[in-house]
Amino acid sequence: MSEKLYAVSVEVNGTLREAQVSARQTLVDFLRDTLRLTGTHAGCEHGICGACSVLLDGQPVRSCLMYAVQADGCKVTTIEGLAQPDGTPGALQDAFCEAHALQCGYCTPGMIVAAHALLDANPAPSEHEIREAIGGNLCRCTGYQQIVDAVKLAAGKSARSDA
Amino acid sequence: MSADPVSEFRYIGKKRRTKEDPRFVTGHGRFVADIALPGMKHVALVTSPHAAARIVAVRAEAALALAGVHYVLTGEELCAATEPLLIGVDAPKALRYPLACGVVRYAGEWVAAVVADTRALAEDAAEKIEVEYQPTEYVLDPEKAVLPGSALVHPLHGSNVLYRRKFVWGPVEEDFDRAEHRLAFRVHWGRSATVPIETFGVAARWDPGQQLLDVWASIQMPKFPEQTARALRLAGNAVRVHFDVDVGGSFGVKRGIKHTVLVGYLAKKLGCAVRLIEDRLENMRGGDMHGPDRIFDIQAAFDADGTIRSLKIRALDDVGAYAGRSPLQLGKPVGAIVGPYQIHSVEYEPISVMTNKTAQEAVRGFGQSPTNYALEAAIDRVARHLGMDRIALRRKNFIRKDQFPYLIPSGTTYDSGDYHAVLDKALAAADYPALLAARDAARKAGRLAGIGIASCLEPSGGNSSFEPLFNPKNETTTWMDSCLVRIDLSGAVTGVMHTSSAGQGHETLVATVLGEVLERDPGTIRVVHADSLNALPSNSPVGSRMAIMLGGAAAGAAKRIKTALLAIAAHNLKQDLSELVYRDGSVSVRGDAGKSLGWDQLVEIAHRKYHLLPPGMEPGLQAKFVWEVPTGGGLPTADGRVQMYPCFSFEAHVVLVEIDPATGQPGIASYVCGHDCGVMISPDIVHGMTYGGIAHGIGAALYEKFAYSDNGQLESQSFMDYLIPSALEVPAIAIVDHCTPSPHTAFGQKGSGEAGYLGAPAAIACAVNDALEPLGVSIAELPMTPLAIWTQLQTASLPAKTKSSIR
Repeated sequence: MSEKLYAVSVEVNGTLREAQVSARQTLVDFLRDTLRLTGTHAGCEHGICGACSVLLDGQPVRSCLMYAVQADGCKVTTIEGLAQPDGTPGALQDAFCEAHALQCGYCTPGMIVAAHALLDANPAPSEHEIREAIGGNLCRCTGYQQIVDAVKLAAGKSARSDA
Repeated sequence: MSADPVSEFRYIGKKRRTKEDPRFVTGHGRFVADIALPGMKHVALVTSPHAAARIVAVRAEAALALAGVHYVLTGEELCAATEPLLIGVDAPKALRYPLACGVVRYAGEWVAAVVADTRALAEDAAEKIEVEYQPTEYVLDPEKAVLPGSALVHPLHGSNVLYRRKFVWGPVEEDFDRAEHRLAFRVHWGRSATVPIETFGVAARWDPGQQLLDVWASIQMPKFPEQTARALRLAGNAVRVHFDVDVGGSFGVKRGIKHTVLVGYLAKKLGCAVRLIEDRLENMRGGDMHGPDRIFDIQAAFDADGTIRSLKIRALDDVGAYAGRSPLQLGKPVGAIVGPYQIHSVEYEPISVMTNKTAQEAVRGFGQSPTNYALEAAIDRVARHLGMDRIALRRKNFIRKDQFPYLIPSGTTYDSGDYHAVLDKALAAADYPALLAARDAARKAGRLAGIGIASCLEPSGGNSSFEPLFNPKNETTTWMDSCLVRIDLSGAVTGVMHTSSAGQGHETLVATVLGEVLERDPGTIRVVHADSLNALPSNSPVGSRMAIMLGGAAAGAAKRIKTALLAIAAHNLKQDLSELVYRDGSVSVRGDAGKSLGWDQLVEIAHRKYHLLPPGMEPGLQAKFVWEVPTGGGLPTADGRVQMYPCFSFEAHVVLVEIDPATGQPGIASYVCGHDCGVMISPDIVHGMTYGGIAHGIGAALYEKFAYSDNGQLESQSFMDYLIPSALEVPAIAIVDHCTPSPHTAFGQKGSGEAGYLGAPAAIACAVNDALEPLGVSIAELPMTPLAIWTQLQTASLPAKTKSSIR
């Protein structure tokens, strides 16, 4: 089947990526299959579980509910882009390790993306604000407690460094 | 035992980061959907729209005409070319294949598989396949399915009953006759499952040169390579399963044998790599991963002082249209059939029945959580019947800590525990008097509030003797796990495990244990997963067994390494072993620290200096250890008494639930879990699994249900209908640890992977019913959804005052 292809140009984790995509290719498939950035995961593919969350121009979105063509001209940050330049975990990722805020690791990238967006907007969130912010990301392993702990930890660290 | 049982350890029980987390937080996990093989093709499925039908014709021409579509596989071809999948009980005519053969038995059953260049194209093609059906009679109600004259799911089997037996352990009738009180009731555990966020996936590649099938799969399944090979009519060593695939959650259900046989067959047939990744609909409907769906009829015999003498338990479990190991989920509860209570005798009648629904698979706890819900409901009803305090009744019947080892009527001996202390700690942490005051204040203010109390046992590390218990033709009593430890020439330590992991932190477990025994920093120890052709025997992480079994195997292998190091030192220092001290990997002479050999020197002798090795010693530095369940494996007695599990963890839950009287929406205001799993090897991991188990239990108790319409259609097919608790439904949870070491294990550890889930549903159900009690109504079925609660509120005969406040 020869599907018509469209040129897209997306800045992904700071690097401009150009590709020809079909109209129906979702953003998550573009990231995973075309760019081979497999840190972003597909969980439900209908916009509920949040595993596929990425930042689109700084805002968390579900990459399974977007087409790649819709990201044309946008900046996308995936879990890979939240690490430090040398590839070691960033502050929030490190807090997830410290609090053991994950088990199987499948929801983790989306969870970190959601928490990252929260801390960008609100550096000192309350527990309820944290739960609200990750309320659209389902986790089956952790019961969320250590995730909340990790976000608090990361918030505390950034608050101290800001002081 | 000292006040702090882990104080003697260097790494065990200490706060340490896990080995696995860094790769996941940076997006470098390696899940099955991340594995892209050269030339890989993709599978989509054609599924049945009928609960039961004869397949008249499958027309695939239009699909095959699409460019990029390579093959359409039908059940007819696959069933002729493969062996039927294994069934846990003796039911050789209830055949099961990956694709329906001639008839479909549930809506969503796989009828044909399409192979195409992309997943999207395969899905397009699947829609173009025309299947002609002739609908037939079906049965959805398990109570109707057991009756004569019912539609038969597998007519050749002759009935819908897969397994039925009445066990009697102890003088049940005498105890019932003698008891001062008796009561009977029914509760229903609804159809839910663990539903991991990663669906099931499998990729396979056939190597024609080596005549070898390579498999990467999202699995948690004992004997998976052997079963795959057998079904594909291949030698065991013609299938290589790669256990280094990260599994995105399983909690029991990721068995995937039908998926793997299908994909393995296609890979071999087409001579290319083939992958199947379920989408969510496929996972919920045709993935065959539903959990227990169980009706309990319970009778209890007890005295006025609260002594519970005997129980009669009838458990009717709806396994759906096909059986794998699912009927055996009625077997595990035999190992803890009286829970934590001193109950003198038990009658247990498990009935496994087939209906025209999606098939059941193993779910966290393997049937223990539903049984515990029924047991705890019995305790609450006895308390209500006698007007006795629920906590006092539990305390009265708990096995006391001085009674261990304790033999229960069904033939299992519990290892150790202190149930009174754990419950007391949980009540103290919850500030029980304040909790009561909060509940009563809420009630006075016109709200509905209730406290739930539940305790439960977590049998762990078992030997799978429910297999011979439920099928005398199956004499499985061995259920080992293994570890291989290598010290390389550089002195680095590598542990090899022989199964895949699904988030349980096994790499951390092995590294911690090896570090503890060898006194080396676990952070420097690498742990890898073998593949099935170079693996030692393992039975995969089922039944809360890995801390016990893999931890025990790792300890055993490390001790062998340590013994070898000491022998090399004794030979070279010309000292008796009794004069030597091992510390941090070096060996010195007692009282003469200058006379010693360091780790690097010992390792070098082992690897390079044969002339310095003790005579007869194997060169290199490696050790394997294969460990059987510490209480061994014995066949059940004729009356079905058996020791399946060596270790018994315990938990006590104290919960405050408030219900919105206008909507029936429950909310959890306070949650405390007292937990004793012996020595915790990694407290963060144990606590994480317990929090997660409780969240999962909240789902089973309040939200999650695979609901069916009257015509057999699954109505909860997405996360919009099958509701998994989010961070807003799961409250902050306080876990209170207690430690009663197990006498059977290397460090006193017990299992904990099913913690939380086993007790939470009982506790939450208890709380909801406590909240409803002032209205004179109750609910006896899980999940207690907002709608179910609201319906009860509407039918309640409310006192005028409460009625006005609800308005």
